[in-house]
Amino acid sequence: MMMAVIQTRSLTLSYDTETVIQGLDFTLLENKITVFVGSNGCGKSTLLRSLARLLEPKKGAVLLNGKDMNSLKSSQVAKSLAISPQGPIAPEGLTVFNLVKQGRYPYQHWYQQWTEEDEKMVNSALENTQLTDLMDCPLDSLSGGQRQRAWIALALAQGTDTILLDEPTTYLDLRHQVEVLDLLFDLNKKEGRTIVLVLHDLNLAFRYANQIVALANKQIYVQGKPEEVVTRKMVHDVFQLKCEVSTDPIFGTPFVIPFGKGRNLYESNMSV
Amino acid sequence: MFQLLHTRSLKIIGVIIGVLLLLCTFFLSIVLGATEISLKMAFDSFVSYDSTSTEQVIIQTTRVPRAIIASIIGANLAIAGALMQALTRNPLASPSIFGINAGAICFVVLAISFFPISSLVQLMWIAFLGAGIAALSVYYLGTLGNKEPTPVKIVLAGAAITALFSSFTQGMLVLDEAGLQDVLFWLAGSVSGRSLEMLLPVLPYILVSFILALGLAYHVNILASGEDVAKGLGQRTGLVKILIAITVVLLAGSAVAVVGAIGFIGLIVPHIARFLVGVDYRWIIPYCALVGAILLLIADIIGRFPIKPEEIPIGVMTSLIGAPFFIYMVRKGLRHE
Repeated sequence: MMMAVIQTRSLTLSYDTETVIQGLDFTLLENKITVFVGSNGCGKSTLLRSLARLLEPKKGAVLLNGKDMNSLKSSQVAKSLAISPQGPIAPEGLTVFNLVKQGRYPYQHWYQQWTEEDEKMVNSALENTQLTDLMDCPLDSLSGGQRQRAWIALALAQGTDTILLDEPTTYLDLRHQVEVLDLLFDLNKKEGRTIVLVLHDLNLAFRYANQIVALANKQIYVQGKPEEVVTRKMVHDVFQLKCEVSTDPIFGTPFVIPFGKGRNLYESNMSV
Repeated sequence: MFQLLHTRSLKIIGVIIGVLLLLCTFFLSIVLGATEISLKMAFDSFVSYDSTSTEQVIIQTTRVPRAIIASIIGANLAIAGALMQALTRNPLASPSIFGINAGAICFVVLAISFFPISSLVQLMWIAFLGAGIAALSVYYLGTLGNKEPTPVKIVLAGAAITALFSSFTQGMLVLDEAGLQDVLFWLAGSVSGRSLEMLLPVLPYILVSFILALGLAYHVNILASGEDVAKGLGQRTGLVKILIAITVVLLAGSAVAVVGAIGFIGLIVPHIARFLVGVDYRWIIPYCALVGAILLLIADIIGRFPIKPEEIPIGVMTSLIGAPFFIYMVRKGLRHE
């Protein structure tokens, strides 16, 4: 596995004429789980995409081990970091095994097509994601959670130190969300892989992240351990949401309870 | 999705059966037609050619070139369709639906009507140019408004470009009725009356694009999982897409230069190939070549019978087979959504 230090230097990102991220300096913590949080449209997916060179910087640069990522060979970058984009769609009928095999693409040459190493990496990716039994099933026949695991297996087969995932839990029910996050947690714990996620569920983000990066106003509003940086003011400034920050009774991590309307059993004048 | 041939050995056996079928249809194409020819006569014309025998002359100067051209162009169009469907991630993509044939024909008619062009090589380059311009216009129209070209937008853009180029073509023909005879066979699409001399200048380009298509197949597999995924895996997607587009224009342009507009082969055959071998383009491309060749030969043979001794142009035959298939595909697609 190739070590990767990912940094940004006064990075500015934009879609068409609209600037989404402005002059951002950031260094990704190695061997940790980092989660990007922020309101819709704050640029967290955009930032993640640019870290994986899916989006070219308007200004500034993304550095991989101190070198501008755009100056590196694309296959070289693909051996250092893998990206699982948001809501990917595989061709109809593609099997899990054939999808995961694609993870070895950066290692293929016209003179040498498929090696034992490739086979080994694909098999261990399938084992890690518990998909060995399903490897001959077409992707479109799987459940949402299994499908997401297959895309993670594709990233694992790429054999990179760093894996970036754009909203890997979207469209999954709670059980499958936890299943996917547990898988990523284990990959970090057991193999020391650097994991970067975009997540919408704050309480799950605070439970799984060693480091959260909260984005607001085209910049990083705050970054750090969730238990050190999550406050009512922080949630209000980042999400324009009034809330109470409590502690998860089981995990001890910060727990956000949003204010708003709804039934309130504590209020005495509540009509039954 | 259903897939008939699952294992590698089944796929190899399928290729062998395909080659045998191709040889069978090739021989049928030589034997059947307005002039009945016996199998023995056909065989004799290869081993001991007798230039005094009318039948043998027909075989060697008409039937054989015609069968060779139908096979090669069938393969040609089918591969072009498969690559286009992969490039646009659109199951309805093909040179005829996307206006590429119409663009090539428009330029060919334009060139014949207004410039003293006689050499087929020049016509071929003009067909390439027309195909390329049509492809660019469809892609540009399809990406207008939103970043992602959706399948529906590209099909609409293809219909618009086809209509535009077809009306140009018709306009030119109205102005220059005398020139009509020269271009009529291009408009209908036909493999009859073509000599091998018309194929030879184009053949190198066709062979190069076949090799390009096979070389690109593995990269097409990766691109088919989505542009972001392919980029993430280190593919230079821009380069791969341009190479695919060049290959498509070479294939479609050379087909138009030799036989004119033959629709629907590029649409149907990739689906048949996928039904047989699944999603791997390293198998889809060779299967497209075989099935495309066989299908176009069959279409050509069938067209010889209904109005004997006249023939139905092959472009009309493929449309008769292809239009219902197109409707079936659209309906199937609608049900999925």
